[in-house]
Amino acid sequence: MTTIVIILILIVAAVILFQIGKLTELASKIRGEEEVELKKNDRTALYCLLFLIGFMIYCIWTGIIYKDIVLWYGPHTSASEHGGLLDSLFNVTAFWTGIVFVLTHVLLFWFAFKYRKKKGVHQAFITHNNTLEYVWTGIPAVVLVYLVASGLVVWNEVMPDVDPNEDYLEIEATGYQFAWDIRYPGPDGKLGTKNYKLIDLGSNSLGMDFTDEKTHDDIVIGTPEFLLPVGQKVRVRITSKDVLHNFDLPHFRVKMDAIPGTPTYFIFTPTITTEDYRKRLKGHPDWEVPADEEEPDGLKRWEAFEYELACAELCGKGHYSMKRILRVVTQKEYDQWLAKQQSFYLTNVRNTVNDPNDASLLKIEIANRADEFLAAVDQAISTPDDVSDDLINLEHVFYNTGSAELKEVSEYELDNVASVLNKYKQVNVELGGHTDNTGAADANQALSQSRAESVRNYLVNKGISPERLIAVGFGQNNPVDTNDTDEGRQNNRRTEMRILTNNNL
Amino acid sequence: MSDIITYDEKVLIEENGFDDHFHDHHHEDKYKSNFISTYIFSMDHKMIARQFLITGMIWAIIGAAMSIIFRLQLGFPDESLAWLKPLLGKWITINAETGIGSLQPEFYYALVTMHGTIIVFFVLTAGLSGTFSNLLIPLQLGARDMASPFLNMLSYWFFFLASVIMFYSLFLSTGPFSGGWTAYPPLSALPQASIGSGAGMTLWTVSLVLFVVSVLLGGINYITTVLNLRTKGMTFWRMPLTIWAFFVTAILGLLSFPVLASGFFLLMCDRGLGTSFYLSEIFVGGAALDFAGGSPVLYQHLFWFLGHPEVYIIILPAMGLVSEVMAVHARKPIFGYKFMVYSILAIGFLSFIVWAHHMFMSGVNPFISNFFVVFTLIIAVPSAIKVFNWIATLYKGNLRLNTPMLFCIGFVSMFISGGLTGVFLGNSAIDIQMHDTYFVVAHFHIVMGIAAFFGMYAGVYHWYPRMFGRFMNETIGKIHFWATLIGAYAIFWPMHYLGLAGVPRRYYRFDSFDAFSSFSSMNQFITIAAIVVFFAQILMVINFFYSMYYGKKMTTKNPWGASTLEWTTPINAGHGNWDGNLPVVHRWPYDYGKNGQDFIPQIAPMAEGEEDSH
Repeated sequence: MTTIVIILILIVAAVILFQIGKLTELASKIRGEEEVELKKNDRTALYCLLFLIGFMIYCIWTGIIYKDIVLWYGPHTSASEHGGLLDSLFNVTAFWTGIVFVLTHVLLFWFAFKYRKKKGVHQAFITHNNTLEYVWTGIPAVVLVYLVASGLVVWNEVMPDVDPNEDYLEIEATGYQFAWDIRYPGPDGKLGTKNYKLIDLGSNSLGMDFTDEKTHDDIVIGTPEFLLPVGQKVRVRITSKDVLHNFDLPHFRVKMDAIPGTPTYFIFTPTITTEDYRKRLKGHPDWEVPADEEEPDGLKRWEAFEYELACAELCGKGHYSMKRILRVVTQKEYDQWLAKQQSFYLTNVRNTVNDPNDASLLKIEIANRADEFLAAVDQAISTPDDVSDDLINLEHVFYNTGSAELKEVSEYELDNVASVLNKYKQVNVELGGHTDNTGAADANQALSQSRAESVRNYLVNKGISPERLIAVGFGQNNPVDTNDTDEGRQNNRRTEMRILTNNNL
Repeated sequence: MSDIITYDEKVLIEENGFDDHFHDHHHEDKYKSNFISTYIFSMDHKMIARQFLITGMIWAIIGAAMSIIFRLQLGFPDESLAWLKPLLGKWITINAETGIGSLQPEFYYALVTMHGTIIVFFVLTAGLSGTFSNLLIPLQLGARDMASPFLNMLSYWFFFLASVIMFYSLFLSTGPFSGGWTAYPPLSALPQASIGSGAGMTLWTVSLVLFVVSVLLGGINYITTVLNLRTKGMTFWRMPLTIWAFFVTAILGLLSFPVLASGFFLLMCDRGLGTSFYLSEIFVGGAALDFAGGSPVLYQHLFWFLGHPEVYIIILPAMGLVSEVMAVHARKPIFGYKFMVYSILAIGFLSFIVWAHHMFMSGVNPFISNFFVVFTLIIAVPSAIKVFNWIATLYKGNLRLNTPMLFCIGFVSMFISGGLTGVFLGNSAIDIQMHDTYFVVAHFHIVMGIAAFFGMYAGVYHWYPRMFGRFMNETIGKIHFWATLIGAYAIFWPMHYLGLAGVPRRYYRFDSFDAFSSFSSMNQFITIAAIVVFFAQILMVINFFYSMYYGKKMTTKNPWGASTLEWTTPINAGHGNWDGNLPVVHRWPYDYGKNGQDFIPQIAPMAEGEEDSH
C-alpha cells in the first residue's frame, strides 16, 4: 500500500514539475524571449553563487564534524611507526590540494556568476596566452614533484623486506573464505613449511608439513584475538588458501593482498598498546557513549575499543565478516600470553592417525621434556620443606622386556638427569625401580633392583660421582595405577628419581 | 546585437562548397528504403548514434536502479526489503518469524558487480563515446557518413548482442556474476568460491568479448573517418576539440581493449580447459585443486592495461563535449586550444603507463611502483592544464547559463574534486591506507562517473535539437542539473570521510566491525540522496522522450549560434547530411566574439588580411 502511495506521489510530483516546465516556457513566449532569457540567466547565475557558498560551508562543516572520527588526525593518528610518515604525507597533500580545490571552485562559480550574459555586453576575444599556460603547467608540476618525491621516500622506507639479521618477529596470516588464521612461529622463531595439498579441514587446516621440524612448535591462535608486543618490529607473512584477500589493519596503516600461491608480506612496528589507544579516545564526545546502546551502563565506547583486522579485497559473499582482533600489549604481557599458547602439532596431531612422524621422540619433545624436567627439579629444590615434590618420574626411561637393558631412547631422559646433577652439585638422588605385578614378586624385586642399577651405571658413565647415586629396587610393591589394565601396568613399570639432600641446600 | 553578420549558408555551401557528386549517382533516396533499414539496421551514423544513446539510457536506468537497491541495504540494513520480493524473487529471504525480508549477500555482490560493469562499459563507453563519436565525427568534419557505415552498424549490433547476453545473465538461477566489475581471479575463475562465478561469469565474459568487438569496429571507423574524410579545409588544427577527444579515445580503445580480450581468453582457459595462467595452490570447497604456477597478479596487469586507459576512454569524450559546449555558450573561444589538444594527446599517451597504480597493494614488487607513482602524478599536469583552460574560457565571456552550460560547469567542478583526490591515491604511500576504501569509491565516482555523466548530459542537452529537431525542456533540465549536482556531492562527499576512517568498499554491512559501524546515519543520508538523484535522472529520461514529440521545435538551423559544421545541415538532415555540396572549411571552430562579431562559422572565408586565430 505504502509503495503505491509513494509511486502515486512521485507521479504527481513529476506531472507538476512538467506543468511548471511547460508554463515557464509558455510564459517566456508571451513576455518576449530575450528579456525572460536574461532574467533566467541572472537567476541561474545567483544560484551558482549560492551553490559555491553552500558547498564551501558544507565541506568545512563536515570536515569539522568528522575530524575525531576519521583516521589521520586527532585521537586517530597512526598506531604504528611507519604510519606516522603516511599521516604527515596525507596532511601535506590535503593542504596543497585544499588550496587548489577552494581557489578553482571560487573562480569557476564566480566567473559563472560575473560573466553571465548581460544586455549590451560583449565577450572578450581571448584565444590563448602561452605565458599563462606555462605558469599553470609549471606550478602544478612543481607541487607534484614535491609530493611525489616525499611520497616515494616514504614508500621506499616502508615497503622493503626485512634484513635477515634484524630483530623482528614473524607471524603468518592466512586468509580463506571467510576468516583469517594466525600462526606464530613458536620458540624456534621460524614458521614451518606449508603445502596446500596437505590441507585437511579437520586436522590441518593450514596444510602444515609436519615432517618439517619447524612446524612442530608453530602455534595457531584459536581465540578471536591475537597479541603483539608494543615496539617490536613485526613481519606479517600474508598468504591465502583460496581467493584473493587483503590483510587490513586500518589503525596501523597496514594493507596487503593475500594471494594463493604467492606469499606477500607487510612490516610494521606497533607503537601504542590497545590500553593507551583507549586512553587517547577517552574524553572525545564520540567515544564517551555506551559501546552497546542497549546497555547504557556498560562499557563506554573508548573502553571497548579494539584494533581490528579486516579483509579489504572482495573475496565472496562473506567478505564483510572476516574479523580478528589484534591486541597490542607490553612485552611482559605478551610473553605471558605466548607461554600459554600450545604447539598446534603437539596438541592436535602428535600420535594421531594424521601424524606423519613415527612414535620416536622428536627434537621438540626432547627439548620440551628437558625444560619440564628441569622445572620439576627446580620446583623441588626451591621448596626444601615440602617433600611431596621431591619424587620425579623418569618418564622416558625404558628397558627391554624382562631385562634391565636400557632402551636407546632412555638416553635423552638420563641426559636430563645428568645435566641436573651437574648443575646442582650438592644434590644426591635415589633412583628407584618399580615393576608391575606380572610374574613372581621375587623376580620383580630383582628386576627392579637391576634396572635401577642400569640407570645408575649410565649416569656414572656420564661422569656423575657414584656416591651421589643410590639405586633401589621396589619391585611390585608401590603401584601408582591399577595392575588390571595394560595401561595401568605400563604406568606401574617405571623408574623414579628422588631428590635426597634437599635439606642441606 | 546590432553587429551580427548573418551568413547566407546557401551561398557558402551551395556555391563555395565542395562538390563530391553526391547526387550524381542516384536521383532517388538510395538509403531510406524501408522502416527496418531506417530505424533498426540503419547505416546512418545519426541513427546509430541515437541507437547507442537510447540503449545506453536503458542500461543507465538498470545500473542506477541496482545501485539504489544496494544503497538501501547499506543505508538501512535492518529494514525489510520484502517489498522487493516480486522483483528479486529468491534473492530476498523473508524471516518467517519477524517477516523481515533481507537481501542475500550473494545478490548484493552481484548488484555491485553489475552496477560497475554496466555503467563503465555499456553506459559510459558505448552510451557516451558511441553516441557522440557517431553523431559528431561525420557532422563536424563535413563527411557524409563514417568511412564504413556497415562496420558502424555492426558495431552497434555487437553492442546490442553483448547487452542481450548480459541482460539474460541477470536471470540465471545462480545469479549474475558477483566477483566485482574487475573480475579478479581466482574468485572469478572458481564456481566453488562464489555461485556467480559459474554460468553468470561465463555469460559476463562472452558479453564483454562481444563488447570489445563492438568497440574495435567502432574505433577503427572513427579513426579512419577522422584521418580520411575531413572536408576540404578541415586541417587537424581546425578540428573541434570534440573530434580530437573522440579520435584519441578511439586510438586508446583500439590499443587497450584487445589486451582485455586476451586477458579474458586466458581466464576462459583457466575456467574451462584446466590451464593455470592465473591460478596456483588453491584449496577451495574442501578440495585442493591441481592448478600450479599461475599468478592472479598477471590477470590484474592485463585487466588494468585496459582498465586504466578505459577511464580516459570514458572521460576524454566528456572533456571534448564540455570544451565544445562551453565555448559555444560562453560565446568565447576555448582558451588555449593548442594546449587543450596537447593535453588530450599527453593524457592519451600517459594513460598507457600508469595502470599498475591500481595494484600498489596487490603484492607486486614495491620497486616497480615507483615508476607508476611518477607517471600517475605526471598525468595530473595535463589534467590541471585543462581545468585552468576551462575556467579561463569563462573569464570575460558572455555566458548563457542554460542547461548544457550548467552541466559543463558542473563537469569542471566534479573533475576538480575527483581529480584532486586522485593526487592522494596516486601516491603509493598514501594508497597503503586508502586502497579499497570508500575514499576510492568517492574518487572514481566523482571523477569518471559523475563527471562523465555531466559531460554526456551537456552533450545531450546541447545536441538534442540536432538529433531530434526539437529542444528539451529547459526548466526541467535545470531542475535535473541542480538536483544532480547537489545530490551527487551529497552522495559522494561523505564517502571521503568513510574512506578516511578506513571503511573498506564492497562490504555487505558494516556492523561486524566496531571501527566501521559508527556511520549508520551517514549511510542513511547517502542512500536518501542517491534515491533523490535517481529520480532526478528519471525526470531527465521523461524529458528526453517527451521532448521528442512535444518539445519546442527547432526553427533555425543553428539555434545556439555555433560555428561548427553540424549546424549547417538541414534541420532534419537525411542520410548524407548535406543536400548538395559539402561545406568547405576556412577557419578554426572557435571564432566567437572575433572582430566584434558574435561568431563566425567555420565555413565563412577569411576576410582580407584575417589570420587563423590560434
